[in-house]
Amino acid sequence: MSRAALLVLADGRFPAGGHAHSGGAEAAVKAGRITSAASLEDFCRGRLHTAGLVAGALAAAAVLGVEPRELDAAADARTPSPALRAAARRLGRQLMRAARASWPSAELDALAGEFPKGVHQPVVLGVAARAAGLSPVDAAYCAAYESVSGPATATVRLLSLDPFDATGALARLAPELDRVADAAVEAAGRVVDEGVDALPAASGPLLEVGAEWHAAWPVRLFAS
Amino acid sequence: MTVTGVRAHARIVARADGRGGTALPVLDGDGPLALRRTRASGGEARVMVVGAMSGPLGGDRFSLEARVEEGARLHVGSAAATIALPGQAKGGARYDVRLDVADDAELHWLPEQLIAAGGSDLYVTTRAELGAGARLVLREEQVLGRFGEEPGRLTSRLTVRVAGRTVLDQELSCGPGAPGGWDGPAVLAGHRSVGQLVVIRPEFAEQPPAARMLGECAALVPLAGPAVLVSAVSPDALSLRRLLDQALTLLG
Repeated sequence: MSRAALLVLADGRFPAGGHAHSGGAEAAVKAGRITSAASLEDFCRGRLHTAGLVAGALAAAAVLGVEPRELDAAADARTPSPALRAAARRLGRQLMRAARASWPSAELDALAGEFPKGVHQPVVLGVAARAAGLSPVDAAYCAAYESVSGPATATVRLLSLDPFDATGALARLAPELDRVADAAVEAAGRVVDEGVDALPAASGPLLEVGAEWHAAWPVRLFAS
Repeated sequence: MTVTGVRAHARIVARADGRGGTALPVLDGDGPLALRRTRASGGEARVMVVGAMSGPLGGDRFSLEARVEEGARLHVGSAAATIALPGQAKGGARYDVRLDVADDAELHWLPEQLIAAGGSDLYVTTRAELGAGARLVLREEQVLGRFGEEPGRLTSRLTVRVAGRTVLDQELSCGPGAPGGWDGPAVLAGHRSVGQLVVIRPEFAEQPPAARMLGECAALVPLAGPAVLVSAVSPDALSLRRLLDQALTLLG
């Protein structure tokens, strides 16, 4: 298998529906909490160390072969907002379609058959990475990067922010992304021995509350 | 001289007394976790945690266990806010709460705020295990710093399991040295009070309350299980308490 599969999976143009989601940025922009490249960077930093870390560990654990059903239940317990649980499953379904077309595998087929309503996206990401022959750390990087790249591109559209500034913010987060991916892989290794309670449970209260507020708007640019 | 922190352990067991009331066959605690039985209300026993010492301070290890057996009803409150303070002993402080609520038992766990004073470093875990038919009201409020003060370091993990299944697992880390972005727009955005109210009732399995906002920075949400969470951030402890009280009234 090829390491370059990671580039395909992590590409923003991979047809898995991520472009329709802002990762909470739309709510934070409307609430006046993201107003500039600096506050975008701070938003992304917070999301990386909370939702990004959890997503990275879920994805890495799935690559290691931890039972997806258990990971999906653990993701539910770590996602109090029903709007975010629904978004994660919708994204999981879309990623499943793209992944099955890209890396046909019996495991992906079985997972799709067992959960017709979808599985949390990071779990599908891990099983897809496994099907593509990628490693736990690859999947963790992919999930952690998605946790910040989505809000960054969404904010460019929402605030007409300079794309160079948004990309600069992502580049400055790179060293922290390395640390989060390492922590996610380390936690995933413990899950194999200790069960899913060893997954990180880092949370951002305003991400959860903001997602509920956002879901109730009659008109939105992004789905979440 | 080596300074070591205080070790404190308190334990409560609530048991149905067979006459519609609740007995407390075990009520053990001292020092920072002294326990007092207060006037019962209906079939419910009431206990107050009355800390006879300050803390937890750096290096302290506190643990508090409450078990509510089948058919019993227990209400636990605290006489005052808990203030985490810096200590002379090395390392952070730790405070572990374990709650066990049997089938057909009920626990109201409503302590006062936990305040992370400047320079403190505390890791607190709360783990509630409920039987399938158990009922729970659990409130957690954290205040970052005393008035006008920089907060200490506080990490708080809350895990709730019903019938062996985890319905909520959340950790919040804030203060100096916490992972980046904790005070930014995704996590607290400058708010200094943060709280959670967990309500578990068997009837929520069939009829979960609908999600709703409570102001701009608080939401009531149904969890994946017979449980509801109210999550709120607020500028101060008073406004946070108002939000959580309002949510409890809404749930009836």
